Amino acid sequence: MNETKYMNSYLAGVLLGLLLIATVYITGRGLGASGAVKSGTIAIVETVAPEHVKNTKFYTEYGSEHSSSSPLMNWLVFEVMGVLIGAFLSGLMSNRIDFKMEMGKNSTTRMRVAGALIGGLLWGIGSQLGRGCTSGAALSGLAVMSTGGIITMFAIFAGAYAFAYFFRKFWI
Amino acid sequence: MGPLVPDIISNNLNFMVALVIGILFGAILEQAGFSTSKKLVGLFYGYDFTVLRVFFTAGIVAMIGIMGLEHYGLIDLNLVYINPTFLWSAIIGGLIMGLGFVIGGFCPGTSVCAAAIGKIDAMIFIGGAFVGVLVFAEGYPLFEPLYKATNLGSPRMFESLSIPRNLFAFIMTAFALAAFWGASIVENKVNGVKKPAVRLTPYYLTIAGVGAILAISAFLFPERKSDLLDKLEDPQFVNSYPIEVMAQDQFAMCVMRMEECDKFQVFDFRSTADIAKFSFPRSTQFTFDNLFEKEPVKLLKIRSRINVFLANDEITERKMAIIASELGYKRIKILQGGYEGFRESVLNFKPIPNPKNIDEENMNRFRVKAAKMIPIISAQFKSSGPVKKTQKRIVGGC
Repeated sequence: MNETKYMNSYLAGVLLGLLLIATVYITGRGLGASGAVKSGTIAIVETVAPEHVKNTKFYTEYGSEHSSSSPLMNWLVFEVMGVLIGAFLSGLMSNRIDFKMEMGKNSTTRMRVAGALIGGLLWGIGSQLGRGCTSGAALSGLAVMSTGGIITMFAIFAGAYAFAYFFRKFWI
Repeated sequence: MGPLVPDIISNNLNFMVALVIGILFGAILEQAGFSTSKKLVGLFYGYDFTVLRVFFTAGIVAMIGIMGLEHYGLIDLNLVYINPTFLWSAIIGGLIMGLGFVIGGFCPGTSVCAAAIGKIDAMIFIGGAFVGVLVFAEGYPLFEPLYKATNLGSPRMFESLSIPRNLFAFIMTAFALAAFWGASIVENKVNGVKKPAVRLTPYYLTIAGVGAILAISAFLFPERKSDLLDKLEDPQFVNSYPIEVMAQDQFAMCVMRMEECDKFQVFDFRSTADIAKFSFPRSTQFTFDNLFEKEPVKLLKIRSRINVFLANDEITERKMAIIASELGYKRIKILQGGYEGFRESVLNFKPIPNPKNIDEENMNRFRVKAAKMIPIISAQFKSSGPVKKTQKRIVGGC
């Protein structure tokens, strides 16, 4: 059986918009993703080096801002678990589940691995500075018309377009 | 009134809500094609603008939708998380993320989607993101000055630009529609498609139609407060609006015999200083803004209570009562003559010399008694002050 076609972009956009409205109405906050990575990282460091966490400013600041017992008892951690489940089910339905690596035709596996790793690392740092990623800062920020979120949104797109030329070998 | 967390949906149930919302979020992203890096970066090389279409459509729909919720008083935005603005951190963080996008091919949300259906590059990307957060955490002293520079609070874009909210929403919608048009032209050029980018087919007409509806709805949802305040500018509207007026003697009676008027509560719109000087029993300090806030309005919603609005003058009482009525609150009365009038004719009552008839005699007897008793009762039952807001703005963000 072949992969089914992707959903129409505008229809998907409307559905995503409605989901975001429901999220804000129910929970008073928007969608997100990078926050879960942050919680995960903190939870790992807490397990591996509990003393270090007590003495390092970043972790103590996080602790004072979040009251929950564990960094994993976090709204975004649950939400991202849902994303994993939802995307898996959707992939299952559309026959898209497959272990594979994707890259541009001029790229090599080594380039792609390094690119994914460095790209992820940059997002890790950037999303901390930007206080959110494409979902938490840009999309949810646009929905509530937050100045910071909209600035971050334009900066992400501007950055990507500005640097796209230098990494064209990766993709085209 | 939203948000439903924490009083309608408990904080624990909220985790289940998060899971369900996540499942829908993941499924929509995956169905839209966000689980493949080649499709995601297409927008930066011009061959596939799916991301742009999905992202901006979702953003515009949500923005207009939330405006609508706010307009109809269904949500208290004072309790909703508005991403804070730290100017330089937002710009530089965004540029770093943009660089990460063209190098890594994903953003965090989409990488989770792609990893869920087995993309190995996405799993590596997520590993990289963990390392990135660790680098930030350990290098925090280095990043902190930038991270906390130029804190502008949590303004909203139309406030920062000082333009009306509707205009901003309209501009964003128009911008998105123009971007869709431009994207289709570029996409066809890059992919060598000869057909014109936008054609007069039902498909494109539907998109244009929905876009036009969204753009127009930006103006259908004016900000509620300013909209209502505008209406009050019209004296004829204010004076002809049906508001029940409570006679001074009846009010005095209720204050003196609270047990007979157990459904009576006073909303005191006077200043804190005035209230400190004199306040009625069963009164709560209230402001114009309180009428729009989730916790204070709970008082107005108590069934079968008679809500008496009090201000220094009757016209202010009338205006506040009109706003409350327009917002859908019931059983609202105003005190005849306002507080000043009540003080004049009841609290500082001078008995009518040589009363001519039985009515005047009764009035003399009643008001003399009221003028004596009300200050004593008031000293016993102080105003309960402003409504304490225990709900804090929700902490969100990444």
